[in-house]
Amino acid sequence: MFFDALLRRHPEFRIGVRDMAPQAPGIAAWGLMTGVAMVKSGLSTLEAAAMALFVFAGSSQLASLPLIVAGAPAWVILATGFCVNLRFVVFSLHLRAYLVHLPLWRRLTHGYLTADMSYALFTQRFGAPATDAQDSLRQEAYLAGNCCVNWTSWVGASLVGIALANLIPTTWGLGFAGILCLVGILCSLATTRLRIVAAAVAGAAAIAAYALPLKLNIVVAIAVAVILCMTLERSPRLAGSRA
Amino acid sequence: MRDTDPWTLVVILALAGVTVIARSFFFLSSRHWSLPRWAERGLQYAPVAALSAVVVPEILSTQGELIATWKDARLFSAAAGALAYFWRRNVLLTIVAGMLVYLPLHVGLGW
Repeated sequence: MFFDALLRRHPEFRIGVRDMAPQAPGIAAWGLMTGVAMVKSGLSTLEAAAMALFVFAGSSQLASLPLIVAGAPAWVILATGFCVNLRFVVFSLHLRAYLVHLPLWRRLTHGYLTADMSYALFTQRFGAPATDAQDSLRQEAYLAGNCCVNWTSWVGASLVGIALANLIPTTWGLGFAGILCLVGILCSLATTRLRIVAAAVAGAAAIAAYALPLKLNIVVAIAVAVILCMTLERSPRLAGSRA
Repeated sequence: MRDTDPWTLVVILALAGVTVIARSFFFLSSRHWSLPRWAERGLQYAPVAALSAVVVPEILSTQGELIATWKDARLFSAAAGALAYFWRRNVLLTIVAGMLVYLPLHVGLGW
């Protein structure tokens, strides 16, 4: 929403930019490696650029790469992307009270542009949704400033990565950086015992079921892990305990 | 590198749609509604399961064949990356540490 002049001129926009600025180098580094990984795993320059510009979700971009390259059917790629993005569904439940009064296209634009870091900073600054129009505009302007830095550093760095990737020989295997990035996110999500169980089961099932056509092993692995963990939740020893 | 495939571009645009839907999920409609209880519980595990299902075969297998040798750069790199993560809780550091292990083993020793 940083293209909306009303929000951009609001003093809170600047504060949003200022709060996000320290995160920009980290986001840019991740964007750069994602750009390199997209090209190194076999996307054309145009495909990689379209991904960087439009998908705007690093983990779902990286998770879909092996599937796209293997020629998996669209629904498997999209379902995997959605599952990887499910954390945003949880965020959207939280953000609903802040944004639900806005017209549809503004809600969707804010939603689209609000990635992990903006969500964290926004909800940290505003503990409760606005109660009047003035406050509501303030919150919107802050979010816009926040997302502006996030979007610019991510997309800009991704495009640089795509351009540089063509100068690096494939034999170096730099695409593995994308997998390492997912390893980091995976570790960050493994916060409870049951989530660790989910990760272990899904990983083992994905290899065991690898022979399935259409990359269905991913879908099977998610289903097996989720169902198993929902069953294990009933065990008081496992449920709710932090790892 | 390969030529641009129109179908892949369509999938990429659909993935952008997935981003919009996932990030706006609970305010797509301004009417009040809530997720069934079981789905809310499933949300706890689906993201970590999805990521693991994608990542683990990329590290431990080659085209689905479980790797038979320990001389594989991916093993050491992923282990170094995970250790780095739990040391500093930083994804960027995970990539840097992992690549610092990966590149010498892969390019230098051909693992």
